[in-house]
Amino acid sequence: MIRLSNIITSITVLLLSFGLASGIERFPPPDFESGYEQPSPTTPHPRQDVYEYIDVVVLLAALGLSSYLVLRKRSRRAIFVLMVFSLLYFGFWRKGCVCSIGAIQNIVLSFFDRDYAVPITITFFFLLPLVFTLFFGRVFCAAVCPLGAIQDLVLLRPFSVPNWLESGLRLFAYFYLGAAVLFAATGSAFVICRYDPFVSVFRLSGNFNILVFGACLLLISVFIGRPYCRFVCPYGVILRQLSRISKWRVTITPDECIHCRLCEDSCPFGAIREPTAEWSAHDYNKNRKRLAFLLILLPVLALLCGWVGSSLNEVTSRMHATVRLADRIYLEETGKAEGTTDASLAFRGTGKQVEELYTEASDIQARFGLGGWIFGGFVGLVIGFKLIGLSIMWQRMDYEADRASCLACGRCFEFCPKEHARQQKVNKKIGKSQ
Amino acid sequence: MMTENNNSINRRHFLRDSLWGACLAGLGGLAGFSVGKTSKTNTVWQIDPEICIACGNCATYCVLEESAVKCVHAYAMCGYCRICFGFFGPEPFDITEGAENQLCPTGAIKRTFVEDPYYEYTIDESLCMGCGKCVKGCNTFGNGSLFLQVRHDRCLNCNECSIAAACPSGAYKRIPANKPYILKRVDPVRNNTAGRTPLRSRRFSNGVDHA
Repeated sequence: MIRLSNIITSITVLLLSFGLASGIERFPPPDFESGYEQPSPTTPHPRQDVYEYIDVVVLLAALGLSSYLVLRKRSRRAIFVLMVFSLLYFGFWRKGCVCSIGAIQNIVLSFFDRDYAVPITITFFFLLPLVFTLFFGRVFCAAVCPLGAIQDLVLLRPFSVPNWLESGLRLFAYFYLGAAVLFAATGSAFVICRYDPFVSVFRLSGNFNILVFGACLLLISVFIGRPYCRFVCPYGVILRQLSRISKWRVTITPDECIHCRLCEDSCPFGAIREPTAEWSAHDYNKNRKRLAFLLILLPVLALLCGWVGSSLNEVTSRMHATVRLADRIYLEETGKAEGTTDASLAFRGTGKQVEELYTEASDIQARFGLGGWIFGGFVGLVIGFKLIGLSIMWQRMDYEADRASCLACGRCFEFCPKEHARQQKVNKKIGKSQ
Repeated sequence: MMTENNNSINRRHFLRDSLWGACLAGLGGLAGFSVGKTSKTNTVWQIDPEICIACGNCATYCVLEESAVKCVHAYAMCGYCRICFGFFGPEPFDITEGAENQLCPTGAIKRTFVEDPYYEYTIDESLCMGCGKCVKGCNTFGNGSLFLQVRHDRCLNCNECSIAAACPSGAYKRIPANKPYILKRVDPVRNNTAGRTPLRSRRFSNGVDHA
């Protein structure tokens, strides 16, 4: 028995292929005699551009305030209040979109697709935190990013993550950044947005799997400080590198370190580095040899990973809808798959040649081949540099916040006795002036 | 020994400072490059009704509980038929407004008598869930005056629209926010299929021209 819906679909296809859209009017619009007035469809307007500009101004103000609170005021409480504000404004009010993390993809896409223009607000969301990080360290992470804020708020019972695990997990963020750039550059998908764990929490609706993922991550955040920021966030990767060379930086003590070790365990993100011991001559020589070996290994690793990334292009290119469609059409044409999908039906409705689709798909696949070299090379370099970093002898005299890992949350300030002395001095001054 | 140490610190500072300058210059360059690639107006997602096949994904894939996509009626194209294929199911028991005869799963289309033999069909947006069943019916057998549009009073304008990611025909595109709708009109020039954008490849393009 042929079902009615099948008949309707086949007629749809038939009509579409004959150009339903070309303005055939099967039933001429009537001339009304009763004085009936024809309504016209309503067109409710989107959010006005003015509000988008206000968002940029709020971002700028929050970044400025955050820098002041972290570097001058040195008050965890004030940072906390700003963090709550950012969570409410950028998170729950603005529904978490567009965010600086996702803006990476828009910027990347604009490099590779000449037809794509980034709205100016997104450009600002991408650039402003970077500029501030270059000057003041990761003040964006401290109190402006709503994703960081929501994790920071629930951090009640922090456990420290062992160093080797922390370093290992962190590599994932680099790979994620690479993948996000690859898929954005090829115009396939915005993976950062697709797998953003907290945006559905901000909206209290969305894809069920992502909601569960977000809830799990929040649960983990109770015990492990900011897991998304440390191990996943692709924007954090860029901020880390810029923070290494920032003009000003977070210092645990406002004065000279007295090595009292009180701050040692105060950081829930494992960003406080102890003073280094001198390496023995034996260790030194061993590490020097290892370093030389790793430097030679670096290009080999990059090339190897590049080759792997490139040869995986048949898998990675399936993120692109055209490639998926071409695959499906090929299966249908060769009789390997029965029936049709919505996409293949829609394609046949356009009347486009199958060969044209195949060429388009193989072009995209070739682009994924080239992109795979770059992505793989990047992964190789990241692993290589990580290994090299482990073999270099770093010198530290004091307890310091690691420039790259420090999220400028300000928790360590009040653990420093010197900070208490400073606060007292400040209070005395205020008392005198009154 | 002391001086040597100082030298190495100075050298390190110099390297760090130049790297810092290079990064700032890089960001400046990025900003400069972006200026040529930015659009002042924001962009919004919209469905091109000429490409849309009314598959029904709009009703289920939106991140909102109730989809931002609704059916829109271009009255000027409507034939005001007594038997509307957007309103009645494939095999209606009777040509009346009874729920059992209707195609719309939520009863969002209102059928009112205008004058013999014409009936007006209005969409109650608070009931419409954007499934596109009526759109399919109207496109197949009628004038195609019903079509789906993203309603911007509801749309959150996600950076990646999750319906767009699931759209089988690539009908979603970004368009400037000051002209946020692609309405169907009785206009043979616009409806000409020759000027269509190629399937899918321009999903992220937002129609802003670059010289």
